Amino acid sequence: MTAKNIISVRDLNKSYGPVKALEAISFDVREGEIFGFIGPDGAGKTTLFRIITTLLLPDHGTVTALGLDCVKDFRELRNNIGYMPGRFSLYMDLTVEENLNFYATVFGTTVKENYDLIADIYSHIEPFKNRPAGKLSGGMKQKLALSCALIHKPALLVLDEPTTGVDAVSRAEFWEMLKKLKKYNITILVSTPYMDEAMQCDRVALIQGGRIMSVDQPERLSEGFTRKLFSVVASEKYKLITALREYPLTHSAYPFGESLHVTFRDDRYDDSLLDFLESKGVSGVTIEETLPGIEDRFLELMQKS
Amino acid sequence: MRTIFYLIRKEFLQIFRDKFLGKAIFAIPIIQMLILVPAVTFEIKDVRLCIVDKDMSTESRELVGKLVGSSFFKVRNATFTENEANDLLHLDKCDLILQIPAGFGRDIGKGTPTKLMASANAINAMNAQLSWAYLNGVIMDYNMNILANGIGNRSFTAIPQIEVTNRYWYNEMLNYNFYMQPGILGILVLAIGFILAGLNLVKEKEIGTIEQMNVTPVKKYQFILSKIIPFLIIGLIDLALGITIGKLVFHVPFAGSMWLVFMCSSIFLIAVLSLALLISTFSGTQQQFMFTAFFFMIIFILMSGIFTPLESMPGWAQKIDLLNPVVYIMRINRMVMLKGSTLYDIRSEFMALVIFAIASTTLAVNRYRKTA
Repeated sequence: MTAKNIISVRDLNKSYGPVKALEAISFDVREGEIFGFIGPDGAGKTTLFRIITTLLLPDHGTVTALGLDCVKDFRELRNNIGYMPGRFSLYMDLTVEENLNFYATVFGTTVKENYDLIADIYSHIEPFKNRPAGKLSGGMKQKLALSCALIHKPALLVLDEPTTGVDAVSRAEFWEMLKKLKKYNITILVSTPYMDEAMQCDRVALIQGGRIMSVDQPERLSEGFTRKLFSVVASEKYKLITALREYPLTHSAYPFGESLHVTFRDDRYDDSLLDFLESKGVSGVTIEETLPGIEDRFLELMQKS
Repeated sequence: MRTIFYLIRKEFLQIFRDKFLGKAIFAIPIIQMLILVPAVTFEIKDVRLCIVDKDMSTESRELVGKLVGSSFFKVRNATFTENEANDLLHLDKCDLILQIPAGFGRDIGKGTPTKLMASANAINAMNAQLSWAYLNGVIMDYNMNILANGIGNRSFTAIPQIEVTNRYWYNEMLNYNFYMQPGILGILVLAIGFILAGLNLVKEKEIGTIEQMNVTPVKKYQFILSKIIPFLIIGLIDLALGITIGKLVFHVPFAGSMWLVFMCSSIFLIAVLSLALLISTFSGTQQQFMFTAFFFMIIFILMSGIFTPLESMPGWAQKIDLLNPVVYIMRINRMVMLKGSTLYDIRSEFMALVIFAIASTTLAVNRYRKTA
């Protein structure tokens, strides 16, 4: 299966004054895949998306989408891209239906023409079609924004942190909707600060400080984590983490939910660790080996860079 | 062109969805006309005069009688000492003091020259000047009488003197309403065009809707037009409202062509709308825009010639004023409405507006870039 590249970025750089927002970015996105960008706030995700959607000019490097140059052919490209910015940016004072109709006409199409494409999503908010967009809940706003971004049947959909600030149920629903869009052969570029959403993508790029650290399928990303990982639990978490970081054989230790994820220099620990912790006043410690996830891999890559 | 139509329809939808704005854009011009036209006037009535009559002669009483008889003055106080009168001026109890020195009547009777002294409160320079001019008029009149009487006593031949009869063209009665109304029309249209359109664009920036707009195939000239046309239409409706009120309430004559006024106001509106959009491309927030727009508005209005004659401004200010579009619309409105000027008569003002409109539209379209 050799799908053609929908997006192709080579050696892309972008600075805001002295701040390097993107540095030497290169990647390809294949036709019909959901490609995710995962990284913390300020990693450069939005800047990258704004360049691909022709809203921003790159300083250096080439960016092509749908076979069109994002700088030279911006006009043609805009007909075929659906973009959902991170901030809800539809007209709050227009109703759901008015917003949808407006974006359809702006793209020279009608809601009727592409209704089948958005039917699944729009049906959730259709009962509220006469409500001003500003009065919708977060999840409904997001569905409306997605409908508006899809109404002209774009070949490429760019979603900037679509699930930020949305409840867990709506988030899960949203990913289901994206997956259903695959049958229309729409390529989706999506960014998220949530590691757990990485598993929903076909491929994922980890981005940090304007650089891509790794690109792979989400299952394979965690395979890049080669050390043995241990989950450590004790009642006094703060004392535990300071003690573990003082322990000479600790390689890394960071909080992970209720527990701490710890690696050791030679991938094992012995009783001296427990003695050490005891001497620091930490007792009732349980240690067990655990499987690394994307977040572990991400933190490991962050530490290296 | 269908796109522009849809964009404009969206603007109107938003304007009239706004419960306040939808009504205010029609209510404000009506209120503005009803208040400003009769309120802004330079006619001075009832100047509070304080008389210090140290003479108390027949002649001085005659002069005071003349002043009391004039509709301009109201003799509020009469004192006998200068200090007392000055105190009244300090306390803002009177606007003007006239001192008649002792021996005034005696000197007139003897035929020797005599003097009067007037002091005016010049906190408001314009008021002081005007009331002084009125006072002067009355005294001159009185003076002529004395002269006539003096000479008349000796001979019966009339003294030769030049009598000036004046006629105020285009506004015979010097009705200030007639003078103000065409000017206020210009300001009314300016306010609609300048503030509303600019704020609208900055709001799209602030909320972020412009971002969504920018990824659509809408071209920048289409977008700018969709911001200009709705407010152009509203501005012209407001102009029609203003003219109707002028006619019905203040009976302002309309000597010239209605179409000419509307055509010129359209060009003026395009000019100021584009200028506002240009400012809004430089502003990131509504606050920034308001501050800048207010600055321009004040300069435009105060230097427009609505209150003060342009000719009395210093030369450099008159040069700056060449860039003030309000000057031209003010002149056009007054000339066409009061004098019945034709397009040919106002050609230079008309051309200035056209150039202004073309320049600001071009600048606004170019400044508003869709990429970055």
